[in-house]
Amino acid sequence: MLKALQLEPEKCTGCLQCEMACSYENEGLFNPSKSRIKVFTFHDEGRFAPYTCSQCSEAWCMHACPVEAIVVNPDTGAKEVIDSICVGCKVCTIACPFGTVNYNSDTGKVAKCDLCGGKPACAEACPTDAITYVDQDHTGLERMRAHAAQTLPKS
Amino acid sequence: MAWQRRILRVDLGAGTCTEEPLNMDWAMKFLGQRGLATKYLVEEIDPMVDALSPGNKLIMATGPLTGTMAATGGRYSVITKSPLTGAVACSNSGGFIGAEMKHAGWDMFIFEGRSEKPVYLYVENDHAELCDASDLWGQSIWETDERLHRAHQDPAIRIACVGRSAEQGCLYAGVVNDLHRAAGRSGVGTVMASKHLKAVVVRGTKGVGNVRDAQAFFRTTAEGKKTLAENAVTGQGLPAMGTQVLMNVINEVGAMPTRNMREVQFEGAHKISAEAMLEPRESDGKPNLVTNAACYGCTIACGRISTIDPQHYTIQNKPEYVGASGGLEYEAAWALGSDTGVDDLDALTYANFLCNEDGFDPISFGSTVAAAMELFDIGALTLEDTGGVKMEFGSAEALTKAAELVAKGEGFGRDLALGSKRLCEKYGHPELSMTVKGQEFPAYDPRGIQGMGLTYATSNRGACHLRSYTVSSEIMGVPVKTDPLSTEGKPDLVKAFQDATAAVDSSGLCVFTTFGWTLEDIAPQVDAACEGGWTPETMLEAGERIWNLERKFNLDAGLTKADDTLPARLLKDAAKTGPAKGMVNRLDEMLPQYYEIRGWSPEGVPTEDTLSRLGL
Repeated sequence: MLKALQLEPEKCTGCLQCEMACSYENEGLFNPSKSRIKVFTFHDEGRFAPYTCSQCSEAWCMHACPVEAIVVNPDTGAKEVIDSICVGCKVCTIACPFGTVNYNSDTGKVAKCDLCGGKPACAEACPTDAITYVDQDHTGLERMRAHAAQTLPKS
Repeated sequence: MAWQRRILRVDLGAGTCTEEPLNMDWAMKFLGQRGLATKYLVEEIDPMVDALSPGNKLIMATGPLTGTMAATGGRYSVITKSPLTGAVACSNSGGFIGAEMKHAGWDMFIFEGRSEKPVYLYVENDHAELCDASDLWGQSIWETDERLHRAHQDPAIRIACVGRSAEQGCLYAGVVNDLHRAAGRSGVGTVMASKHLKAVVVRGTKGVGNVRDAQAFFRTTAEGKKTLAENAVTGQGLPAMGTQVLMNVINEVGAMPTRNMREVQFEGAHKISAEAMLEPRESDGKPNLVTNAACYGCTIACGRISTIDPQHYTIQNKPEYVGASGGLEYEAAWALGSDTGVDDLDALTYANFLCNEDGFDPISFGSTVAAAMELFDIGALTLEDTGGVKMEFGSAEALTKAAELVAKGEGFGRDLALGSKRLCEKYGHPELSMTVKGQEFPAYDPRGIQGMGLTYATSNRGACHLRSYTVSSEIMGVPVKTDPLSTEGKPDLVKAFQDATAAVDSSGLCVFTTFGWTLEDIAPQVDAACEGGWTPETMLEAGERIWNLERKFNLDAGLTKADDTLPARLLKDAAKTGPAKGMVNRLDEMLPQYYEIRGWSPEGVPTEDTLSRLGL
């Protein structure tokens, strides 16, 4: 069973534990500026939203890459950047409609979420379960359950 | 090591920014943040210096865990000599700028001298420069924040700045970061403004790495997070209710200072409590509280994000206050509410917004308004003095008008900006000022919680609950329950809390973790992060060292045993209601014993033996 990251912004408190976990996993540093998952604050509304790559099936980034540096990991379904092939042309960053592939000027390569090889550090770090790693065919299950509860006759 | 080992020294007079290495010998003794920056301050300034003169320095300091993944590891402190108290000031803040400083590669910023023109500091990793802030001077914190984001075209910068109250010399102005988190107490913002430093803007992309023992760090921080999640206060009470969870509790135990501490219980407490913040209001069906929010790295998330009732009189034709922003914490709700007798939740939220927007401490402000109301009540303050504002207890209009005046430093606001002590002296009734060392009381009446009397009297920064929060033990039973109405054992309790808190405040962590953690939980995290062989014992000893260092600075600054006292009202006028009815604070039973336990002379001076034992 392939899994996907499920993001539930209503549970997010904006603590950035996910960004620290991501940057440590990938860069060996606590460094939110290098995180592949980002938490956005909508101050005037008092809302927070974590956001990252949703691993599109027909990924724009993957199809746009001129050197085929972005490939599917069959174990996780993640679209992964092969650093040794990436030339840092940034075409994928233009192609991605969601902005979730970004250039890293320190390495000269692009970076995106790779689901940490099947054990996403962000989901593990999230203290409020705003980020979970669930069956990719049923990311709506919890929301369905909540709405299903409303169909129950009043007891 | 989780220190960056680098300090940025900013000479505002010369306009220079210079890098220097962090003194690691001092870091081994004073840990970081509060302790380490106080060591720098003590070594670098004359304790008798006028706090608002160029000779004073202002230090922004992080701890070793700031910027790491440890729960609440985002704290920073502002350390300077206080213009309100004349004592050492150390104000602690969360939000995100502390972590950003660390990610930019710095442990501390030290500001010295005074700039001729208004400036702000811009730091992007190794690059640091002073920029012209002429067009920002005279602007609120919220406006300054917006303009700086626009000017730098960078949504990721973090900003700490002072508001108009600080520029106008309000003696309890704070430094506000991330719009509504504040190093709020003791006038640290007033010092910053006196240096013509409007803002500090930071962008850090270097990160914090090289934790000493990564495996142990992840293990101990994960265990710590689990403990916080499973604890009733940090796992449930604080995220759901915020610090406001205390409003009804403290009122019930009869320790809710009311109407300038004339009384110890407030009949309107339930209208301004956490529970009230969750009640849908009539106008739009929404509650005051929008959500809880976390500071950097915090797995507790006690922060309140609120809106004001759109129908409320305070915000008619003022669209800038319609959206959500930082809401009431317990201290603000108490000072703006109970202490002034105002039970209008929206008026309090509005006044709190103004405190954030223009950077003045809601505790000192609310208490000063309360003192003004009492002066008005006895006729010592007239309508002529107040510019026509009826400063009556319970008047929401008086409170919100006062906030508007202090925010901009206008009219009667200039008197209120002096703080309670100077206001009461000016109008001939110094006995009505509810202060210690010139700083206003927080929200626990020491007649109903005896240990807090000793806490306030001996706090190195004037009346303050965060120097030794014995409420934890006396009311909540953490770590052990003690009787709030008894003085027995309180000197030991206060010393233990003071030393432990000084260590926590020097680590980069939030003191609220101590509802769930002791130094047994914290020391392993610090030790895994950095060298120094930190254990609960060495952290406690560092805390005691820091406490004595602060004490010594205060004595050198001219404070004496006579300043370790409480206003006569708390020592002579008995509580009128509640469990403490008939009681005063019995400081005299505790203070001599406290000095003895501390290894101080009967005059409150650390003995040579004590100083040498602590390596001072």
